[in-house]
Amino acid sequence: MEYIKKALPDKFAKTGWILLVLGIIILAAAFAVDSRRAFFDYLWIYMFMISIGVGALALVALEYLVGATWSTPFRRIDEFLAAIIMLLVLMVIPLFFGIHDLYHWSHNEIVSGDAILQSKSPYLNMNFFTIRTIFCLVVWLFFFFMMIRNSEKQDLTGDPRLTKRNNIFGTAFAPLFVITLTITAIDWMMSLEPHWFSTMYGIYYFSGTMVAAFSVTTLFAVRLKEGHYLDPKINNEHYYSLGAMMFAFNTFWGYIAFSQYLLIWYADLPEENFWLLMRWEGSWKFVSIALIFIHFVIPFLVLVGRSQKTNPRILKIMAIWLLFAHALDLYWLIMPTYNNAGAPLGWQELAFPFLVTGITMVVFNLRASKRNLVPVRDPKLESGLNFHL
Amino acid sequence: MAIKIKEFINRLKEYNTTWKTEPRSGQLHSISVLFDTPDQIIEAAKATANAGYKKFDVFTPYPVHGMDEAMKMKESKIGWIALLAGITGAITALLMIGWMGGIDYKNIIGGKPFFALPGSIPITFELTVLFSALVTTAAMVALFNKLPWTSNPLHETPFMKSVTSDKFGLVIEAADKHFDERNVENFLGQLHGHSIEKVYYPIPDVGKTKTPVFDLKFMGVIAVTAILTAIASYAVLNKVLYTQPFNWMWEQPRLNPQAQSNFFGDGFGMRMPVEGTVARGFIPYEYKGMPDSVIKLLANPLALTEEVIQRGKVKFDIFCSPCHGYYGQGDGRLKGQFPNPPTLHSEKVRNWQDGNIYNVITNGQNVMPAYDKSVAREDRWAIIHYIRVLQRSQNAKDTDLEGK
Repeated sequence: MEYIKKALPDKFAKTGWILLVLGIIILAAAFAVDSRRAFFDYLWIYMFMISIGVGALALVALEYLVGATWSTPFRRIDEFLAAIIMLLVLMVIPLFFGIHDLYHWSHNEIVSGDAILQSKSPYLNMNFFTIRTIFCLVVWLFFFFMMIRNSEKQDLTGDPRLTKRNNIFGTAFAPLFVITLTITAIDWMMSLEPHWFSTMYGIYYFSGTMVAAFSVTTLFAVRLKEGHYLDPKINNEHYYSLGAMMFAFNTFWGYIAFSQYLLIWYADLPEENFWLLMRWEGSWKFVSIALIFIHFVIPFLVLVGRSQKTNPRILKIMAIWLLFAHALDLYWLIMPTYNNAGAPLGWQELAFPFLVTGITMVVFNLRASKRNLVPVRDPKLESGLNFHL
Repeated sequence: MAIKIKEFINRLKEYNTTWKTEPRSGQLHSISVLFDTPDQIIEAAKATANAGYKKFDVFTPYPVHGMDEAMKMKESKIGWIALLAGITGAITALLMIGWMGGIDYKNIIGGKPFFALPGSIPITFELTVLFSALVTTAAMVALFNKLPWTSNPLHETPFMKSVTSDKFGLVIEAADKHFDERNVENFLGQLHGHSIEKVYYPIPDVGKTKTPVFDLKFMGVIAVTAILTAIASYAVLNKVLYTQPFNWMWEQPRLNPQAQSNFFGDGFGMRMPVEGTVARGFIPYEYKGMPDSVIKLLANPLALTEEVIQRGKVKFDIFCSPCHGYYGQGDGRLKGQFPNPPTLHSEKVRNWQDGNIYNVITNGQNVMPAYDKSVAREDRWAIIHYIRVLQRSQNAKDTDLEGK
């Protein structure tokens, strides 16, 4: 099979770097003005980058685990995006300086006067917290290096045994992915309100992560196909499958989000309902209502039909839409702890779109510049290109 | 009975054999052709669609990709049917829950509003799925499998035997607008297929007005399926699910009313309510055994309306008239069996405050028992209004005639 590599345009890399630098400048300025707010914004960015990076690695693992062939022609997109994991190791360091601003369980004097926090302290303490964070990062890094190395080696050797080896790694990563993601969600987001708990919190973040991962894959796949970087054989049925996955996981998110809400609403216990009531204060009320429509109702209605899922333009718009929805979801999860009276929205929050798009574009460009955009000698590629529903 | 069953089985057997070897009539149903490879059938389907035939069909032993496009089939309408049915289901569920909980049978459950959207979502979701699943299945069977016809002339032909094992077949039906026997045969001959055959209607189908749905065999299968399903459902739901280890939480640590318990020191399972506890809807009567001066303070809370007086009359006639008489003169129907009560028209009773009468009804007096258990609080006050009406009717003054 003939593959001639076409380099990404310089404009792509340039835009990425400009956005990244602008984002860093805004974040630094925000830090100088109000460091507590900047830490919350930064946590928001960090969680979103986990969704993209680790979510992308999960999609790579998922393809190997289930033996899918239809996604092989654009598996490289996820492999490139998974490189964000390497950056996460650096990104997490500044967060540790903001622990005391972010989490009030980290203050010993507050814990000593609080019976609930005291009984939670065997889990919620600085040492164990750090160990868990490092554990998650190590797991992600290990599987990232192993799977991506095998996949790239295959471009040179075409050895089908590498696929088998990756099948094992993909299978091992699937449960670890869910466990590490749950730990991350509980540690970095749920413990913002250490008195509150929800047993569905892990899967709630997981469902959002999968939506974001499929959306970003769809966005890159459609854009790259439009620019003729991918094989011309990629057709409507590939698009349909991407759209269906996006639709399915978004509906799953709606299901999980509603289930969590319904249980809290029904029991109406003060130890649980205050978390939702916090999100009903002032302008948070509008964010909460908007989240239902932006993250569930509108994407559901748009993507439910078959013709929309095969239309690249609609897919592109919905991918961006759902990425925005996931950002809004994380904002809704994190920021009420910073300001409970109303949704904080100022120039500081601009750091989010700049940094998130900047990091994604720069990482993608750095990875793509030296690698093939298509796993050229993957044994599954041929059947993936001739994929029919 | 036994003979009838035998007869029935014989008829079924007869039907079965005739059906298998059914003779074909002279009425043409379609012309069929066979191919050996999926590529050939795709080409043939394209050519047939391009030739302008609409009523033709393709049979393959397994799904062949790209067939829908080759046959120029329109997108299936089944999705729209499912959508409409789903929306109907959602609206039905919301109207049902709204009417039951919010209008017809208001019940406070867990302090929630009578109709609340969050609690209704699961049922709405389920009815949406149920409606769309049932309607889609029914529509599929009815529209696309052409119920009530249960058979097709292509059944039991060599053509059908081939396409269900290893051949790819194409059929142009005689019902097509452009159908012309010779033209179609020529056309199919050009497609590089083989075994071009004419398929005729079976004789039982010719001129048949009754649909095969009413065939004994068909009805028999349906009836047997229904009976077996019913028996199986009954057995599973009423027998299997109630054998051990399914105990449905019958067995659990609990305390029966009036039973002994070692949990509390005194050995009683039940607890006395906290002092001063008042049962729901009960208002304590605070004036029991108190001097008249306090009771006089009790005022009738009911407005003097015709409705209240009517109610007072009803209750008076039920509870008071047996002794006091319908007009309160102490000449009730039980006269002689009990000491006669005094008349209610005496100077003393007429000068009583409402509170005094209320006290007597509530707590009783002399031989008269207490009525606090049998007559509701409001009804007692209504009765007092009615007694006042009786009193005035028996002791009317001249001035009453002038006013209204």
